[in-house]
Amino acid sequence: MIKNTLLITGLVMVLQAPVYANETVDNLLLSYQQQGAGEFSIEAGKNLWTKEISHDTAPMTRNCASCHGSVLTDTGKHAKTGKIIKAMSPTVNPKRLTEEEKIEKWLLRNCKWTWGRECSVQEKGDILLFLSTQ
Amino acid sequence: MKKLLLIGTILTGSAFATLAFCSGGGESEYSGSRYSSLDVAPVKNQLYRNECASCHFAYPAGLLPARSWQKLMSGLEDHFGDNAELTPEAHAAILTYLVDNAADTSDYKRSRRIMNALSNDETPLRITDTSYIKRKHNELTDREVRNNPEVGSLSNCVACHTQAEKGSFNENQIKIPGVPKSWGWD
Repeated sequence: MIKNTLLITGLVMVLQAPVYANETVDNLLLSYQQQGAGEFSIEAGKNLWTKEISHDTAPMTRNCASCHGSVLTDTGKHAKTGKIIKAMSPTVNPKRLTEEEKIEKWLLRNCKWTWGRECSVQEKGDILLFLSTQ
Repeated sequence: MKKLLLIGTILTGSAFATLAFCSGGGESEYSGSRYSSLDVAPVKNQLYRNECASCHFAYPAGLLPARSWQKLMSGLEDHFGDNAELTPEAHAAILTYLVDNAADTSDYKRSRRIMNALSNDETPLRITDTSYIKRKHNELTDREVRNNPEVGSLSNCVACHTQAEKGSFNENQIKIPGVPKSWGWD
C-alpha cells in the first residue's frame, strides 16, 4: 500500500513537473518571433551555451559555462570575482526566468561579455528555451 | 549585610547589562555616523545591491570619493573587463546614491582615513588602489591572497572580512580562509 502511494505520488510529481517554460518565457519567445526569429530549438540553445569565443583579455576563451558552469542544476562562479552565481535551472531555482526585465538585462550584458556582441533574437530564444527545460 | 550584597549584585548586573548593550550589535546604535563603531556606512540601497552585487561584493560607497564613482560609472560597458551596462534610469539612481554616500561626504572613520591619505589629483577607480587600503593590506602574502583559492584578490573583501556586509572591517573579525589566525593582523 505504502509502495503504491509512493509510486502514485512519484508519478503525479513527474506529471506536474513543467516540461518547459512559464508565462514570462512564453511571452519573450513570442516577442522574439515577432521580431523576426524562427522556430526555437533546445538543441541549438544547448550548443550556444557551450560555444567558445576567443578574446584578447582574460579569460581568453569564454562561453556561458565560464561563469554558470555546464551543469545547470549546480551553482556557478563568476569568472573574475569568484562570486557564487545561483543555479540557472528553474527546477532547482524557481525564481529563474520569471522576470522579463532581468532576463533581457543579463542577455544583453552577458552576450556582450561572452561573445563580444549582442545576441540575435534567434540566439536569445534558443538559449532561453534551452534554459527553461533544465 | 545580605541586603548590601543583593544591592551590589543588582548594581553589578545592571552595569554589565549596560555595557553589553553599548558594545552590542544593535542596528540603531550604528545609525549615527561620527560616533559609530562601524567603519563605513553599510549599503542600504536595494537597487545598488540588485544591479552591482550580483557579480561582486556590494562595495560601500564610503570607500571611494565621489569623483571616483563618477568616473567609474561613466565606463560601465568596460567595467574592469566586464560588461555592467545599466538602463539610463538605474544608472542615474545608482550614481546619485554613490555620490551622496561617497567617502568625501562621510563621517565614518575608514572613509575619513581613505580621504586623508588621498591627494586631490588622485581619482582611483579601484578601492584597492587607494593608499590607505594598500597600506592596511601590505603585510599580506600571495599565499594568503592571490594564490589562495578562496580569496584570489584583495577585491574580494568578504573572503576575509567576515562582517564586511555590515560595514564592519574590524581586525578582530578577520578570518583568512585556510590560514590559522596565529599572528596579529593590523
